[in-house]
Amino acid sequence: MRPFDYARAGSVDAAVAAGAAGGRFIAGGTNLLDLMKIEVETPARLVDISRLPLDRIEVREDGGLSIGALVPNSDLAADRCVVEGHPALSRALLAGASGQLRNKATVGGNLLQRTRCYYFYDTATACNKREPSAGCSALGGYNRIMAVLGWSEQCIATHPSDMAVALRALDAVVVTLTPAGETRRVPIAEFHRLPGDTPHIETVLEPGELITAVELPPPVAGARQTYRKVRDRASYAFALISVAAVVRVEAGRIAHAALALGGVAHKPWRVAEAEALLIGEAPSPALFAASADRLLKGAEGHGDNDFKIILARRTILATLRELTT
Amino acid sequence: MQWTINNRVYQAEPDIRTSLLDLLREHLGLTGSKKGCDHGQCGACTILVNGRRVLGCLTLAVMHQDDAITTIEGLGTADAPHPLQAAFVTHDAYQCGYCTPGQICSAVGMLDEVARGWPSHASDDLTAPALSHAEIAERMSGNICRCAAYPNIVDAIAETAGLPGEDRQSRKDLAA
Repeated sequence: MRPFDYARAGSVDAAVAAGAAGGRFIAGGTNLLDLMKIEVETPARLVDISRLPLDRIEVREDGGLSIGALVPNSDLAADRCVVEGHPALSRALLAGASGQLRNKATVGGNLLQRTRCYYFYDTATACNKREPSAGCSALGGYNRIMAVLGWSEQCIATHPSDMAVALRALDAVVVTLTPAGETRRVPIAEFHRLPGDTPHIETVLEPGELITAVELPPPVAGARQTYRKVRDRASYAFALISVAAVVRVEAGRIAHAALALGGVAHKPWRVAEAEALLIGEAPSPALFAASADRLLKGAEGHGDNDFKIILARRTILATLRELTT
Repeated sequence: MQWTINNRVYQAEPDIRTSLLDLLREHLGLTGSKKGCDHGQCGACTILVNGRRVLGCLTLAVMHQDDAITTIEGLGTADAPHPLQAAFVTHDAYQCGYCTPGQICSAVGMLDEVARGWPSHASDDLTAPALSHAEIAERMSGNICRCAAYPNIVDAIAETAGLPGEDRQSRKDLAA
């Protein structure tokens, strides 16, 4: 690990100032320290934000939730309001990592975690995400876990978070504080970026900008939610494919549908047209197939991961069947 | 710098890069916590920080000077073992024993999570999770045992938690 300076931030404002001056925020540290050990991450200065008062979950006036950026994943998954109102989020969190990691990892850090692409971790190989313009070893390499949607010739990595996929289906908003002292509200759809020509820039955050909270709108009344994750072993593994879904059926017809896919792209994947196809229709295998095909439109694998397209389709169908019967 | 570990205050001046695990093992002589992968994948370094199970390898010692840290040395002794330690002996819940301190610290934290009503991936009902052998296996999935003593580890924890023993014959039938 490279040497670094360390300072604990005494306030949110002090943290943002230290971040703007080039400091790197650390809270749970479960991903950052891991990457620092192998020198994929080499921050010169760590700003410890773990003791800032951003660890509360509050019910907002509209019935939604405001979740502090430092709430640990396990506390969020077990929170009564989340379990009862947003079970897809609980399920997604509980499907991720291990009990020990969930106790440490925070909401903000979960959103900012880096890809688990093997080549990103292996400093002996080329990676545009680690070193812009170095090339991508995953293209033409072993690509079983890589993206099938939204990838570019510069990067085919996926975003590893389960939580973010649920937040996408739940229309969450990421609240930040900018170095200029302004509060910014970024819809989760716009928070993560596709790789394009700049795969090293993964979110819309500016240098020094601090995530302070994640807001959830009130639960969709009468809707059912779930998070279905497919992985190589029963527990403690990243998703090959996952689906977060919120569906409401009214008088035999689908009245609300939100479907987000994980494990397929550089960000959680959601397509409005795929959901619009479902609205006003009676649930049926043919309808679900049409929606899944729209959601996966343009999907293209790299050989080892071609199976993900079929697996994603089947997982979408199974999820829609589960929530409508 | 100063830490409170197993109700005792320790002082040391390690490099700022030192993980909590390396502080325990290399600076304070508390070698009960084990280093397996050093990357958060095996669980051998599981300790309790303010009663919560975490991985000592994935956190910096400097960040935990205000916390109450508990290691396997603080849970029990050879003469007065923690109930989980006694149950691990009874059920032969190890072979080489290297993962055992992490398994036991993890189980202590896990049972506290259950007592607080926290659900798991194995819970059908998120609002009322009930402990079972399947729940224990899921909740302990962050602790790897390369000797594969898993059935006995689950039995030891189940007994400590007051669960009835599992029907081994039905487990064999399932495997067949």
